[in-house]
Amino acid sequence: MRAPKIKLQHLSAYIILTLWSLIVLFPLWTLIINSFKPQKDIFRDPFNLPKNFTLDGYKAAWSTGRFDLYFTNTITVTLISLTLILFIGSLAAYALAMWKSKFSIALYIFFIAGLMIPIRLGTLDIVRLIKALHLQDTLWSLIPIYIAMGMPIATFVLTAFIKELPSEMFDAAKVDGASEWQIYSQLVIPLMRPALSTVAIFNMIKIWNDFWFPLVLIRAEKSRTVALGVSLLFGQYRTDWTRALAVLSLAALPILILYILLSREFIKGLTAGAVKG
Amino acid sequence: MATFIKDKWMSNENKRKLTWLTFILPALLIYVTFMAGPLFDSLRLSLYTGEGYNPTHFVGFQNYHNLFTNPLWRDKFLGAIKHTTIFFLIHMFVQNSFGLLFANLLSTEFKGKTVYRTIIFAPATLSVLVVGFLWTLILNPQWGAVNQILIALGLKQFALPWLGRENLALPIISLTSVWQWIGMPTVLFLAGLIGISDDLIEAARIDGASEWRLFWHIKFPLLKPVIGIVAILTFVDNFNAFDVIYAMAGAKGEPAYSTDLLATLFYRTGIAGEHPVGIPNMGMGAAIATMTFLILMTGVLLWLYFSRQQVND
Repeated sequence: MRAPKIKLQHLSAYIILTLWSLIVLFPLWTLIINSFKPQKDIFRDPFNLPKNFTLDGYKAAWSTGRFDLYFTNTITVTLISLTLILFIGSLAAYALAMWKSKFSIALYIFFIAGLMIPIRLGTLDIVRLIKALHLQDTLWSLIPIYIAMGMPIATFVLTAFIKELPSEMFDAAKVDGASEWQIYSQLVIPLMRPALSTVAIFNMIKIWNDFWFPLVLIRAEKSRTVALGVSLLFGQYRTDWTRALAVLSLAALPILILYILLSREFIKGLTAGAVKG
Repeated sequence: MATFIKDKWMSNENKRKLTWLTFILPALLIYVTFMAGPLFDSLRLSLYTGEGYNPTHFVGFQNYHNLFTNPLWRDKFLGAIKHTTIFFLIHMFVQNSFGLLFANLLSTEFKGKTVYRTIIFAPATLSVLVVGFLWTLILNPQWGAVNQILIALGLKQFALPWLGRENLALPIISLTSVWQWIGMPTVLFLAGLIGISDDLIEAARIDGASEWRLFWHIKFPLLKPVIGIVAILTFVDNFNAFDVIYAMAGAKGEPAYSTDLLATLFYRTGIAGEHPVGIPNMGMGAAIATMTFLILMTGVLLWLYFSRQQVND
C-alpha cells in the first residue's frame, strides 16, 4: 500500500520541481543564446541556438564599455575587502569568543546588531565622510564600507565557531607559553578554515554584486565596477539587443560558473546569516 | 612551571584585557566609522536642512512634519510605505510558501535532488541589477519572450505591457524578485526539515498519517523557529530593496511612481535630487532613512519579543 503512494509523491515532486527549474533556466538560457545572435534573429527566433553566430555584442561591450577595467576594479575591490574582512574579523572574533566579560558580550551584540540594520540607511553620512576624506571616485571609497559591512557576519559566524573549539586546546597552548597572537595565528586560523570560507563567500557575493555604493560614490570611468558599468551600458544599448544581452551575460557568467563549481559552498555561504539566528 | 605561568597570567589580568582590546580595535574602529556611526548620525542629520552636502540649518522636527503633512512629501512618502509593504508581503507569502513547498519536496531522498536545489538557488547568486534588466527585456512588449510564448499558446489577451501598467508593474517586479530569491527560504526550510528526526516521521507514517497531515501536524510546528528566521530576513531585506526597482522601473518607480519604494524615494530625495531641481535635500533624505530605520526596528523588536515568548512556551 505504501510503496505506490510514495512513488506518486515522487512523481508530483518531479513535476513541480522540473516546472520551476524550467522557469529558472528559461530566462538564463534566453539571455545567453541571444547574446550571440544578430538583432534580427533575436526577434525572429528567440528560443533556438544561434544560426548566425556573432560576437559583435561582446566586442562592442568590451571596447566601448571598458569591461577589462570594470572587471579589474571589481576583482581588486573584492579581494582587498575580503582579505581585510577575514583578518580583522577573525582577530576580533577570537577575542570576543575568549574574553569572558560583560563588556565583550556587549561588544558582540553591538557587532551582530548590524545583521538586522542595513548599512544603506546611513548612506548620506557615508557620502559626507567619503567626500571629507577626498576618496570619492576612487576604489578606496568602497573598500572601507565593504569591510565595515562585513563585520557583523564575520563576528557572528567566527565567534560561534571558535566558541565550539575545545577549550583544553587553548589551555594546553597557554601552558606551553604561547602568546594570544601565536594561538590565534598558528592554532585558530588553520582550524577556522571552513568558517572563514563561509564568511568569504557570503561577502564575496555581496561585494561583487553591490550596485548601491558604486552608484552613489563613483562617476569616473576609471573606478567603475561591473555593476555600475552594466547599468550605464544597459541604458546606452536600450535599442541594441545584441549588445544589451552581451553586457548582461558578461556580468552574469563569471559568478554563475563559479557557482556551478562551488554550489555547496555558495549555498552555505549565502545562508550563513540565518544559521543559529 | 605550569602554576608559575598560570599565576603570571592571573596577575596580568589587565594586560590580558589590553590584548583583547587591541584584537577587537581594528574591527570596532572600521565598523563604527563606516557603519554604526553614519547610521546614528543620520538621525541627527534629519533635524537639519540646507542644500548640498552640508545641511547646517537646525530645524528640529520640521522635516518630519513636512513628511507627514505637506502634500508634496506626504503623498510620495505614504505611497512608498504602501508599495514597500506590498512588495514585502508578496515576498512573505509567495516566496516563502513556495520555498516551503520546494523544501518539503526536496527533503525526501530521490535522484537529481541536488541538481534541483542547485538550479532553484542559482538566481540568488546573481546581481539584482542584472536580474532586473534581464526580466525587463524578457517582459518587453516588443521582443517579449514571455509575450511570444503567451501568443503561441493562444493567450494573446494576456500578452500585456507588463511593466507599463500602474496596477501591474509592482506585483510583476515583486514576482521577478521572488524568482531570484526563492532559493533562500527553500534552503533554510530544507535545513530545518532535515533536522526533524526520521523516526518521528516514520512513526507517524506507520500510524497511517497522510503526507498532508504529516506536514501540518508534525513538520510545520517543528519548523516554527526556521519560519521565524525566514520571516525576519524577508522583512529586513525587502524593506530595504532598491536595485530591482531601479533596474526595472527607474529611480522614479515608473509608471507614475506606482513602484516607488522607500529606498527609491530616499535615493531621489537625499542623493540624486528630485526633478526638476536636481539638488539633494539631505535633511529630508535623512528623515526618510530614519523613518525606514524606525519601521525596521519596530519589526525586529516585535519579532524578538514574539520569538522569545515562543521559546518560553
